[in-house]
Amino acid sequence: MATAVSVLPGQQLAVLNDAYRKAVARKRLRFALGAALFVVALLIAAIGAEVNLRTLFTYFGNFVSYFDRIFTLEDGARVWTNFGEWFWGWQKWLKMLGETILISYVGTLIGAVFAFALNFFAAENTSPAPWLRFTVRRLLEFARTVPGIVFALIFVIAFGLGPMAGVLAIAIHSTGALGKQFAEIVENADMKPVEGVCATGASWLSCMRFAVLPQVVAGYASYALLRFEINVREASVMGFVGAGGIGQELVVAVRKFYYSDVSAILVMIVFTVFCIDIGTGWLRGRLFGKEART
Amino acid sequence: MNLTTAADRDGLRARYPDIFNRPASARLATPAMLLIAVGILVFGLVDLEFSPTRLAAGLHQLGWITLMMLPPDPGASLPLYLKALGETLSIALLGTTLAAVTALPVSLLAARNIVRSNVLRFPVRRFLDSIRGIDTLIWALVWINVVGLGPFAGVLAIAVSDFGAFGKLFSEAIEAADQKQVEGIRASGGSALHEIRFGLMPQVLPVIAGQVLYFIESNTRSATIIGIVGAGGIGLQLAEQIRVLEWQKVSFLILMILIAVAAIDWISGRLRFAIIGRRAIA
Repeated sequence: MATAVSVLPGQQLAVLNDAYRKAVARKRLRFALGAALFVVALLIAAIGAEVNLRTLFTYFGNFVSYFDRIFTLEDGARVWTNFGEWFWGWQKWLKMLGETILISYVGTLIGAVFAFALNFFAAENTSPAPWLRFTVRRLLEFARTVPGIVFALIFVIAFGLGPMAGVLAIAIHSTGALGKQFAEIVENADMKPVEGVCATGASWLSCMRFAVLPQVVAGYASYALLRFEINVREASVMGFVGAGGIGQELVVAVRKFYYSDVSAILVMIVFTVFCIDIGTGWLRGRLFGKEART
Repeated sequence: MNLTTAADRDGLRARYPDIFNRPASARLATPAMLLIAVGILVFGLVDLEFSPTRLAAGLHQLGWITLMMLPPDPGASLPLYLKALGETLSIALLGTTLAAVTALPVSLLAARNIVRSNVLRFPVRRFLDSIRGIDTLIWALVWINVVGLGPFAGVLAIAVSDFGAFGKLFSEAIEAADQKQVEGIRASGGSALHEIRFGLMPQVLPVIAGQVLYFIESNTRSATIIGIVGAGGIGLQLAEQIRVLEWQKVSFLILMILIAVAAIDWISGRLRFAIIGRRAIA
């Protein structure tokens, strides 16, 4: 059976078409205005950032040839033709890489412990007093907003050069970030168990331990693992300011133009980050899988 | 009324065997994991040369530094700092835009519903992953070698490292898009390009716009620090003032960064909600 498409009478159609065109025109105008504003902002930014397209065009060749150079050994051969020569310092670099991972691990764990201690005060539904919540929240915000490397710069002066400054910087930044995420998990927790435990006359601490914690602990672990992964990246640059890890070696190699060393260290960093990504992803799957089963 | 008589307990035991008789492996898993975690922590603390005396001395020093930071005072260099802050914001805006514009076509290549072949998609994805594996600061170091010291190197550093992140996020947004619209376009005789333009883009663009705004926000943070290696912006001033121990200026600069980040957060939050509605984006 053929179905006829019903067409409205001309007069009615004209009104509808008109309204449609107006709506589209309004949308287009808004879009064009937004785009124009954005372009103006870009132009101002380009002047502010001293962008010079001529420099880019002149030097873009340098960027490409830089990668050409870092993948070339001193004798002119490609790096992958001679792995022994390319990774000549692998023992030293591997040790530094291990230190980087350790910095990230210890920093994340200390940060997670502090975040754990503070997050119940920051969450809206479990905080014992509003003034306490306000203070803890501002504190976490501060720890999160100041970049980790700025803390590292200051700590290097206070605690001396070395990985300790890096660990503490990462720990503070992680406390801020994890504290907020942990508090958000707690805010999403079911409050009925809390009421149940509190109704038995339990103290605030017992309420948190027996009613909130069982609900949130898997989420905590997941966020902490994710943070560990982020922190490995962060720890790889802590050496730039003297706070330990592989960054120290990298910055020396870049500044002194040891080209093949730069690529070797970068390859090692990228490979490590890959492995950690995959490892924590697998671990998080396991943890959540276990939660789902019980 | 006490319900837990011996008979009741036996009944409960019989009814919930998986609670009362958990296998030893399940009961031991958590303590074992904790033990391993603490073990690595202790090893780490020893290996990284933590010592209570160093910690105490450092905290003492840190207390002095904090005292010397008060009150924050820019001295005579306030105009210089404001200019540096402007530079930082410019770096963030330009870097993110450049990254978004270049990442869009590449993300199409990495999306499962556009490029069906695994062989083609795999290298693109690994390429994006390796770019993301390298921190922005490292890219800044590399670009300084290429275009020289200054904010331009910062723009390019942020652009490159975001290119990796955007490529992944955009391709995920494209994969999450509803295929029905695309099929509709195909059914009415559209070409492959039409499918992307009229079937995919209207779904994907708001998500992408939200992500770009979010990145401008987070890049304001990154842009404050790339100055530390010499790539322009307020980080350069901050690192210099820390090195010459001008603590009052340092605290003033940190305060400026906090305010700027909060302001950008607020603006981009408003814009994001205006574009995509009150929807959470990861």
